Amino acid sequence: MQDLADAVRMALSLAMSGDAGFIEIVLLSLRVSLSATAIACLIGLPLGALIAIGRFAGRGPLIVIVNALMGLPPVVVGLVVYLNFSRAGPLGWLGLLYTPTAMIVAQTILVAPIVIALSRQVLEDLHAEYDEQFRSLNVPRGTAVWALIGDGRHALMTVALAGFGRAVAEVGAVIIVGGNIDHLTRVMTTAIALETSKGDLALALALGMVLLAVALAVNALVMGLRASARRSAYV
Amino acid sequence: MKRLGIAWALTMGLAAAMPAGEAGAQQPSILVQSTTSTANSGLYEYLLPIFTQATGIKVNVVAVGTGQAIRNARNCDGDVLLVHARPAEEQFVADGYGVARFDLMYNDYVIVGPDDDPAAIAGGTDAAKALAAIAASKAGFASRGDDSGTHQKELELWRRAGIDPTTGSGDWYRATGSGMGATLNIGIGMGAYVLTDRATWASFRNKGDFRIMVEGDRALFNQYGVTLVSADRCPNVRIAAGQRFVDWLVSDAGQQAIAAFRVDGEQLFFPNARDGSM
Amino acid sequence: MPHAAETVTLRRPGARPMLPLDIAGLTLAVDSRRLVDDLTLRLKGSGLTVIMGPNGAGKSLLLRLIHGLIRPTAGAISWGGVPMSAGLRVRQAMVFQRPVLLRRSVAANIDFVLGLRGAIGARAAAERRDRLLDRVGLLGHARQSARLLSGGEQQRLALARALAVEPEVLFLDEATASLDPASTQMIEEIVLAERGRGTKVIFVTHDIGQARRLADDVVFLHRGRLVEHRPARQFFDDPSSPPARAYLDGRIVL
Repeated sequence: MQDLADAVRMALSLAMSGDAGFIEIVLLSLRVSLSATAIACLIGLPLGALIAIGRFAGRGPLIVIVNALMGLPPVVVGLVVYLNFSRAGPLGWLGLLYTPTAMIVAQTILVAPIVIALSRQVLEDLHAEYDEQFRSLNVPRGTAVWALIGDGRHALMTVALAGFGRAVAEVGAVIIVGGNIDHLTRVMTTAIALETSKGDLALALALGMVLLAVALAVNALVMGLRASARRSAYV
Repeated sequence: MKRLGIAWALTMGLAAAMPAGEAGAQQPSILVQSTTSTANSGLYEYLLPIFTQATGIKVNVVAVGTGQAIRNARNCDGDVLLVHARPAEEQFVADGYGVARFDLMYNDYVIVGPDDDPAAIAGGTDAAKALAAIAASKAGFASRGDDSGTHQKELELWRRAGIDPTTGSGDWYRATGSGMGATLNIGIGMGAYVLTDRATWASFRNKGDFRIMVEGDRALFNQYGVTLVSADRCPNVRIAAGQRFVDWLVSDAGQQAIAAFRVDGEQLFFPNARDGSM
Repeated sequence: MPHAAETVTLRRPGARPMLPLDIAGLTLAVDSRRLVDDLTLRLKGSGLTVIMGPNGAGKSLLLRLIHGLIRPTAGAISWGGVPMSAGLRVRQAMVFQRPVLLRRSVAANIDFVLGLRGAIGARAAAERRDRLLDRVGLLGHARQSARLLSGGEQQRLALARALAVEPEVLFLDEATASLDPASTQMIEEIVLAERGRGTKVIFVTHDIGQARRLADDVVFLHRGRLVEHRPARQFFDDPSSPPARAYLDGRIVL
């Protein structure tokens, strides 16, 4: 338990120190995971909405598949992205391996199924409520999708937070496609993995606490926005 | 709604504006595929700034097991290979992926174990005999099991001892399939002996009651080599910058820098580029 | 008629008249139950038709069938000689028993519908929205969240939203069933005014007093079948069928 006490002290001094290398790692984590979440939402929300309101052949199996993809192992995603972005792979000419961009791509693939599957559920419930009224008003499908997303925004924000949580906490994908290169692709989780492999468990734990604090801050920020939006009565 | 939209746009703008980490994109850089043992010891943090200062070339290091490093280099995902498994490195060159391999430096492997030493191998200098004792006593042994340079060395030692440890797999022989540090953490966690390179051990922070049991056997010699990836196979290789890095490493300046690297006053890598083949 | 001028310009000049509504052999069967059973009916071009009947008679289903929200198992529905289609539905509007409002402000709920019906200019749209809200007594609540209105206010907003599409046919499905008397009265007044503007109103209710106040003609359903369709006065003074007589007398008919 000595490690735990050390870790708390170290986490505090890390957070206070303003050490440039440490801040670089925290900011890169945020940049990669927020970008991946944003892209996954841009892709996933309309897709989730279309599956929610669509009636097409294969819809049931598609929902099962998307739900299952929420459990994609990050290492597998990392490997697939690696094989594509490797110089020997089909997208090697892009030169993206071992860059933050590759990490964003990998995390987007991890987060998108979460956004699609959870938003599908949220929007399907909302759609059940709105459907008859929308058909009575002849609301075009595209307009209906955006109206559902707009009206479901609070639940969807929680969906986005779930996706962000997955992205910022995973290590398996980013360590393969990013390579954990110092000052280039090292993020909080890969730094934790590195310190663990160096046997510096207290520092690893301290970084873990900082990661948790950052995740908490992002969640608190979103919830705060939501509360202020509610106060302005646009529930 | 509008307010949330603005907040969203702000968040995304912030995310996009964050330091890209690619600020030095104009600065020439190379990518080195290397091993966890060299990276975890802190050697690169010491060595690379000296090289970058001298040449203006930034060096990015991906640290994985030797087997993985060679596979990555075969996929052309690296300019320089710096690992420690000579036969595999020579195969890499023979297959046309490497220009030429140079000896760079050496240190040695050690067998570490718990203080109570259930296999009674402490103080020994014969690695094969020590492994045989571990197998006979069925005291635990944690193996990398990941095709790394250390793993290949371990398999070589088992062959010398005339033992097939996989018959004890899952029982006293634990193949972790993990990096050096993770394997040490596991071995220390369950009181199992571990074969590790001295550099990783010296800089390892979670030693518990473990100490070095066996060292000094010539069979425990650990040679590192450096190879420039061939532009014939991999046209994307930054050949000029990569060549400068290799040249510098084997030059007097590079060799002296390697010799000057210390952890807790202990020299961990011994330059031997000029010794010819070891 | 303060809005008479608007009525003429905004309704669809030159379009075929919607009415009469012709229903022939209309049947809706779920499993083997015939919820609407071989119903044939013609509704004239004007006035307020009340559809009455006990619970389970098929009133709401009939409304949804003729508005095109449900597909019939058999039978035909035509408006002004044209089979029912989505193209006709844009000229109709429906107020449901339980209002389904968007989770937005009161004003935004009207804006949403005005936005669906093509460009009329932001200022003209805002003016129309404010007129509609004023009509249902909600102008002072324009910036509030629609979901925080009282039940009566929500239903008035739903009615304003229905009127925003300038319907030639207005359906109301037990729209006042759970409202207080003041809201009910307000909605009845607006509906009667709409009828006065020439809008065909089809009103489902099981409130006999309300039917007496509003109806020009009454369609009485029982167990999915059409039992009577007569002018209101005749129906209330002298119902010709035993189920209708029992219903008006307050006796249970099942």
